[in-house]
This record gives sequence, structure tokens and C-alpha cells, in this order.
Amino acid sequence: MRVDSILNGTVIDHIGAGKGMRLFKLLELEKLECPIAIIKNVPSKKMGRKDIIKIDGDVPVDFDVIGFVDPAATINIIAGGKIIEKKTCCLPEVLKNVVRCKNPRCITSVEQEIDHIFKLTDKENKIYRCIYCETKAN
Amino acid sequence: MRSLIDILDLSVSEIEELIATACDIIENPQKYSEKCKGKKLATLFFEPSTRTRLSFEAAMYELGGNVIGFSESNSSSAAKGESVSDTAKTISCYADIIAMRHPKEGAPFVAANSATIPVINAGDGGHNHPTQTLADLLTIHREKGRFDNLTIGFCGDLKFGRTVHSLINAMSRYSGINVVLISPDELKLPGYVKKDVLDKNNIPYTETRSLEEAMPSLDILYMTRVQRERFFNEEDYLRLKDSYILDTEKLKNAKSDLSVMHPLPRVNEISVAVDNDPRACYFKQVLNGKYMRMALILKLLEEAKK
Repeated sequence: MRVDSILNGTVIDHIGAGKGMRLFKLLELEKLECPIAIIKNVPSKKMGRKDIIKIDGDVPVDFDVIGFVDPAATINIIAGGKIIEKKTCCLPEVLKNVVRCKNPRCITSVEQEIDHIFKLTDKENKIYRCIYCETKAN
Repeated sequence: MRSLIDILDLSVSEIEELIATACDIIENPQKYSEKCKGKKLATLFFEPSTRTRLSFEAAMYELGGNVIGFSESNSSSAAKGESVSDTAKTISCYADIIAMRHPKEGAPFVAANSATIPVINAGDGGHNHPTQTLADLLTIHREKGRFDNLTIGFCGDLKFGRTVHSLINAMSRYSGINVVLISPDELKLPGYVKKDVLDKNNIPYTETRSLEEAMPSLDILYMTRVQRERFFNEEDYLRLKDSYILDTEKLKNAKSDLSVMHPLPRVNEISVAVDNDPRACYFKQVLNGKYMRMALILKLLEEAKK
């Protein structure tokens, strides 16, 4: 399978296989007008299989979201058809309006225009908890 | 602005300071009778409560202050759809300090982020109830004279029991604590409390379904009510509500200096006959709650001046 290189934009590489779609949704890439490719289950020497997202357009991406979904993913910034910058992610300490609290008893279920904020409480196990009710993010 | 949302907002030394103030209030009530003269406490109770609301009100009156507020959400602007944030901003214009109870978890935290006066969490759903924990701590201090080297049994609803979670959090900061968790399988202490609090602080704990088996080892027995309002399913509530009933027979195997505590209200989980046993402390807890709320109001108003 071949997906053309992009001229100016972003390639999110080394996404764990199966995590690409979630990242696509959380980054809200469906709202963009530019060409976007999500390639699943790409053979990888290092990872076995991986997902890749290519965004053919100069649009900012939220590194915190990428770090939350897969901190091992890498980000290549492309300009003029060449990689001009490689970036890595880490687990963000705080997630603001990335995921919503699922606890029906949480104040976020009723309060108007409240930010959904989660804090990293267990780095080893990658656990985030709602700052209001302490429910685990999933 | 300093507020109290979670018991862990207070350091161990601040809790000791509050206990010292509460003990001084008990010894010298006159000294404090006008400390809050001209100040107003707003009791914003979006969920019914008798004990906690009246305790806050009595505390403020005994400090010489005044009280405004409401006791159910139907009689507040929340019924018109006002947000917690807006309510907190509005009340900040009328009062000097807020005590808030709300059925939604995290509501007092939202209020504290918007208010310009201190906010005290008076219970948010099944989440936190720090002033009950302060009452519990003063009771343990007065009954046992220490916070370390105690075996504490928590019995009943350990899943939704916010007072249990808060007290476990508070006691986790002392040494020599042993915890015995007594509950039916469906109402066990949540895994994250075991992992994040007990395991993290190396506190040994055992889980059992038998109150009788646990009884002889306990220095403190913290009974709880199975709360109807925490269940989405009435059938589950009915099946579990009578899981544990403490009576004089069960107390026969207990230590002579056991302290039986309960955040109240009780339904039937402690037989009325136990009230006459000198080991019953739950009505002392109620009184201690008022003293600790007095100490807390004084502390937060004092810090608000700075």
C-alpha cells in the first residue's frame, strides 16, 4: 500500500497499532479541510505493526493529546517535502478538554461550559483522574 | 483564597492546630463567643442534611456570627438552572464564608474556584466530606489520646461511604495504623483507595465479610449506613441494607476500650441498646463536629484576612 509523501504538514509516526483511530478522533482531525491519511497496521521492524497519520496542511496538532494516547509516537514536521523537525511526546501532566468525565455524579455532567480537566496521578500506569471527582479517565 | 475541599488540603500540623483550637473552645467557650461578630456564614445545601447544616449553623452562632442560606436545591436559584460557579460568585457578595453540600461530586471545588470567600465542602455526593473527618479525628483524639498505633475497622458501605474514604486518607499519614475492611463483596472499598492510599502508605489491611471475626482486634469500629441515595437500583439497596447490624451481643467479643463511631444518621445498623454502652462514641462525634467546624471557620476567616 502506498500513500504519497506530503509537501507541508505533519506526520505522526510510531503510533501503537490500533491507537491511530482514537488519536484521529481526539485530535478532531475530521474537522479539518486538508487531505489526511490514517494508515493502520503498517509493518514496522521496531514495533511489529504501527499506525501512521499524515496531515497534508500547515495545521497545529495538540501534543498533549498525542502524548496521552501514545507517548511513544513521534511527530515529523514537513516543509517543502522535507522533514525539518522531529519531535517526541511525553505523558502530559494535565489534560484539558481532551477526554470527558464519564461519572454521572460528577459536577462536569451538569455545570455549564466547565472545562473537563484530568491530572496524571500515576505515571507508571498512565492513570489520569478527574480533578473534580477523581474518576479515572478511559 | 484558602478553602477546604478535601481533608488532605490540611497538613498534619494544621489538623493538630485545629484540634488544639477545638479543645480550647471546649474548655473556654466564652473566649470565642464573639470571635465572628459581624460575620456571615452562607450554608448552601443543595441536598437535604440535618446534622451537618445545623452543626455549621450552631458553630457560627456560638462564634457570635450570623447565618444565611438554603437547605434544599428547590428553594435555591439552582432550580432555575443557575450554575454552581455563578451561585458562588453571587454568594461571595453577601457572606464571608460558604459551607456547601451538593449531590454532584466536585461541586464545592468548582465553587471555590469562583468564589472570593472561603468555601468549605460540607459533602459532595459520594466523594468527600472533610468536616466529618475533622469530627472523627477530634473524637479519636479525645477517646484515644493518639492517632498512631491503632487498629481501625470500617464496616458497612465502604464503596460509596465518603466518610470512610476521607478518614482512611487522614489516618494514612500516621504510623502504626492497621485497617480492617468489613463489607459485603458489593460494597468493598474501591480499588483505587486501596492502591493509592493504603498500599502507597504501606498501611497493612485485611478484608473480611465477618464483623464478628474482626471485632476482637479493633481499637476503633467505624460503622456506616448503607445509603439509599447512592444506589441507582432499589433492588441492590434492599438486598444490602441489612448486611451488618451491631448489637450488644456482637460487642461481647470487643476490647473494653473499643470506640464505636458512626457518622450518623443511623438507620438500624447499630442497635439502640448499644447507645448505653460506654464504648459508643457516635453522639460525642456529633458534638465534636460542631467544635471542629468552629475551629475551621475561625481558621479560614483568619487566613482570608491576610
